[in-house]
Amino acid sequence: MAMSSAAVFRAYRTRVLWGCGIALMLSLAACRFSSPAAILPPMTGTEPPVINVYNWSDYVAPETISRFEKETGIKVNYDVYDSNEMLEAKLLTGHSGYDVVVPSAFFLERQIREGVYRPLDKTRLTNYGNLDAKTLARVAINDPDNRYGIPYMWQTTGIGYNIDKIRAALGDDAPLDSWALVFDPKYAAKLKSCGIGFVDSPPEIFDSAQIYLGIDPNSERLEDLAAAEEVIKKIRPYVRYFNSSQYINDLANGEICLAIGFTGDVLMARERAQESGNGVKIAFMVPKEGAIFEVDFMAIPADAPHPQNAHKFLDYILRPDVVAEISSFKKYPSGNAAALAYLPAAIRDDPSIYPPPQIVARFKDHHSESLNYTRYENRAWTRVRTDR
Amino acid sequence: MRDQVKAWRLGRRLILGIPYAWLIVFFLVPLLIVFGISFSTPKLSMPPIEPLLSYGADQVMQVRLYASNYTFIIGDSLYLAAFANSVKVALISTLLTLLIGYPMAYGIARTSAQWRNILFLLVILPFFTSFLLRVYAWIGLLSRNGPINAILLKMGVIHAPLALLQTDFAVYLGMVYSYLPFMILPLYSAIEKLDPSLLEAAADLGCRPIKAFFRVTLPLTSEGILAGCLLVFIPAVGEYVIPALLGGPGTLMIGRVLWDEFFNNRDWPLASGVAVLTLMLLVGFVVVLQRVQSEKVVSE
Repeated sequence: MAMSSAAVFRAYRTRVLWGCGIALMLSLAACRFSSPAAILPPMTGTEPPVINVYNWSDYVAPETISRFEKETGIKVNYDVYDSNEMLEAKLLTGHSGYDVVVPSAFFLERQIREGVYRPLDKTRLTNYGNLDAKTLARVAINDPDNRYGIPYMWQTTGIGYNIDKIRAALGDDAPLDSWALVFDPKYAAKLKSCGIGFVDSPPEIFDSAQIYLGIDPNSERLEDLAAAEEVIKKIRPYVRYFNSSQYINDLANGEICLAIGFTGDVLMARERAQESGNGVKIAFMVPKEGAIFEVDFMAIPADAPHPQNAHKFLDYILRPDVVAEISSFKKYPSGNAAALAYLPAAIRDDPSIYPPPQIVARFKDHHSESLNYTRYENRAWTRVRTDR
Repeated sequence: MRDQVKAWRLGRRLILGIPYAWLIVFFLVPLLIVFGISFSTPKLSMPPIEPLLSYGADQVMQVRLYASNYTFIIGDSLYLAAFANSVKVALISTLLTLLIGYPMAYGIARTSAQWRNILFLLVILPFFTSFLLRVYAWIGLLSRNGPINAILLKMGVIHAPLALLQTDFAVYLGMVYSYLPFMILPLYSAIEKLDPSLLEAAADLGCRPIKAFFRVTLPLTSEGILAGCLLVFIPAVGEYVIPALLGGPGTLMIGRVLWDEFFNNRDWPLASGVAVLTLMLLVGFVVVLQRVQSEKVVSE
């Protein structure tokens, strides 16, 4: 049985070549079969009583899912994610198996163009009329004619801050109504030691800097991007970190005194500080220059295996009592006008949750960016973030 | 008789075929798909890439390969800087784990059998908890209001809390902490095999312990050192979680760049290009190391 080493090598080489050949054929086969379903499956016949929901983590009330299961007899497989990018990767790969997903506006806008979603059959959504007409008109810039999604909860990107620490660092002349509080190096420098954190999301930060400069945040001109980068670069030495979740805890326990972040997260920090009784007082600011309006939609993927059940789920969420319960629990305003009557006064009258009209007037709508612009923006972000 | 041999050969082939099939389906095929995607270009569609194969109007099969991803990666200094920094961080982490792991492995190998089991268990014990949770635990330990700062303040060593988190120090700490078992295990098995009589012989011949360590122990455990270093270095180069959670915003590593390309820029082809180049870098590194090792064996 003894083989010369050359013979061993030859036998080995043949096997490796065989292996590579088989693998190559399998990969080609995999590529060929991964094309998405171009034709929508019809909504006829009976579906098994199952639905697969993919939602942001912590984005419903504790009873929301179990009540739906009890009322309809449909079993909910509930999965969660923590970024739009994660959801997008799954949707674009195709055959995600999900029936209901919750993308943010400017992801939804782009994904609609890519054929990711199934148009809603509004005859199946008996509670659709509960939605606020103004909100529907507003979100139509992302979802033309409101064809694909129902607006779920909304919020803005603004500034969360520690009231006492900001006063201690800046005195009484702190601009507590302006982006200057963080984008003007004069103030940011004094806040370095008590800590500044930014959400790690390039569109939000660049758009906010552009709003501060009076530039249209929907501009895709590279000069406008460069102007925003210049602003952020000047205050970069005073920013401790860029992270999309850490600022919630850090604001609550006083590790940082200012964060550019989302309303819901800042209010969560405010609540955690109150619960822990550590004396930290958090406030959220919608700057007078304006702030990006963020809205999450519920939508049905085109290849959803249970589209009828998905419509039942959306119709359930559209019920004012259901969505009001979620709003009171999560402290997010919904796009459901009828739900207002079901909210406790503490939620409805909290200007941080349901802002008055003069604050709503500051909101700026945001379109999906082109992929080409996104590349430039993220490249600028890497430069800013790594400070090189 | 001949049939028996044949059956035996077939059986052997089948058994050997299972790991081969496994590797082909779960390693080689995905790798080739990634390799293929790296020659594509992004597109607004599902999936968001231009297919490599397409049929023209006249039923002609067309193959379109774009080399633009590779030229782009080579042309932009960002990627080179990220590669270089990843290799730097991985090398320093590997060296630190070796320096800490070697004495530990040596100690474990030289204690009584009873203690050895306990110490061994302690090395393995962290694996019972999720890696992510253990890295998260360091966030709590290192934070400004965390226990480490509190103890140092109380002892009067420092007067203001130190910024430990979001620093390079925290990244190296996390790396060494997470990868230490991968260094200790191969080192232990190499040291354990070492015949103690060789050291006695060295001592009898008048060799001092320190010299004996460098002339006898170290060369004889070099295979364990190499295995341990590879087990730490290779995952450390592509590490994403530790720098993301413990590192500062300035920590630029290839894992994060790849994430950005795939998820934020949604450029699957370019992300695949970065992945292929990272893999080539690591394979090249391993091949060189193995050459060096086999040449050494031959020369001995």
